[in-house]
Amino acid sequence: MHFFDPHIHIAARTTDDLRALALAGCVAVGEPAFWMGYDRSGAESFRDYFRQLTEWEPKRTANYGIRHYAWMGVNAKEAEDVGLARAVIAILPEFLDRPGVLGVGEVGLNRNTRNEVTTLVELIELAMVREEQLLFHTPHLEHKYAGTRMILDLLRADRRVDRSRVCIDHCEEHTIREVLDEGYWAGITLYPTTKATPERAADMVEQFGPERILVNSSADWGPSDPMAVPEFILAMARRGHPDSLIRRIVYENPLRFFNQSVNFQFTPGEPG
Amino acid sequence: MTHLPTPPQPLDRDFLTIRARLVELAAALDRIDRAGGGAAPDSRLDKIRQSLDVLGGPTSNRAAEVQMIFSLPYSEDWRK
Repeated sequence: MHFFDPHIHIAARTTDDLRALALAGCVAVGEPAFWMGYDRSGAESFRDYFRQLTEWEPKRTANYGIRHYAWMGVNAKEAEDVGLARAVIAILPEFLDRPGVLGVGEVGLNRNTRNEVTTLVELIELAMVREEQLLFHTPHLEHKYAGTRMILDLLRADRRVDRSRVCIDHCEEHTIREVLDEGYWAGITLYPTTKATPERAADMVEQFGPERILVNSSADWGPSDPMAVPEFILAMARRGHPDSLIRRIVYENPLRFFNQSVNFQFTPGEPG
Repeated sequence: MTHLPTPPQPLDRDFLTIRARLVELAAALDRIDRAGGGAAPDSRLDKIRQSLDVLGGPTSNRAAEVQMIFSLPYSEDWRK
């Protein structure tokens, strides 16, 4: 079955992973800008990273017939340094118009601090002024519930936000209902120990339906599995769900969400 | 929101997995006790015990309830 992995950090993955993804049916990936596991020394490091995401990684995935799309932003962890974040926000417009760049992301909260909120508000403002799509990172573990609620509060207060063009990612059982009820797309991330698993993602699909749900691996430099979306496909199939439902979640939904970006070009049915 | 029917016989499909995870959990708690970690007050152990109560309870929303046990509180006036 052809599928998208709408959130994966290709820059942290090997060509073996790309080959495995292609063999499993992956036709497209979304790569949000994020924290690479260490704090960068300055805004110019971000510029190089954004060039990697928009110039080099699309070439690497194309070698395996996988289309690459990217999101540009300041990740929640480095957003704590407001001065650095502002310097990076200033260079984001250079990259937001590039082919395959879907919008502002992944941005959000990490420890739910005032500095993180300050940076996030400025990133939302950038997205609103430019009419960009938004991809939100919600915090890890004990911070997730409060952080998700805070992000929803910020968005609810801004009348310019088109909720159909916003994905709130890393949803779990205690956060997904509000995200969907308020009209946003809900991302479910499949991780070995934190976030969700393929079986729990299938449970959430059964509880809340397939509408506006995106399933992703968010595979990066830490414990994670680039084959998580195929694992979800298998979990759904083992339960007896029809291919049409599974395909809707792993192919048609991300296609519909990504397709709202002016920089998204993709011919359905063509893997390369 | 559209609810989908959960396919039948999840117990048949998942029983051995559930059994294995319960034994793993039991062994992990034994390990903590053997190391003397179960005796002293620890908020993490409190959360584990609260979660075990949820698992044995009558709710059909166990996953979300356990998630909330491990979540910091949210306040509507967080901006102040």
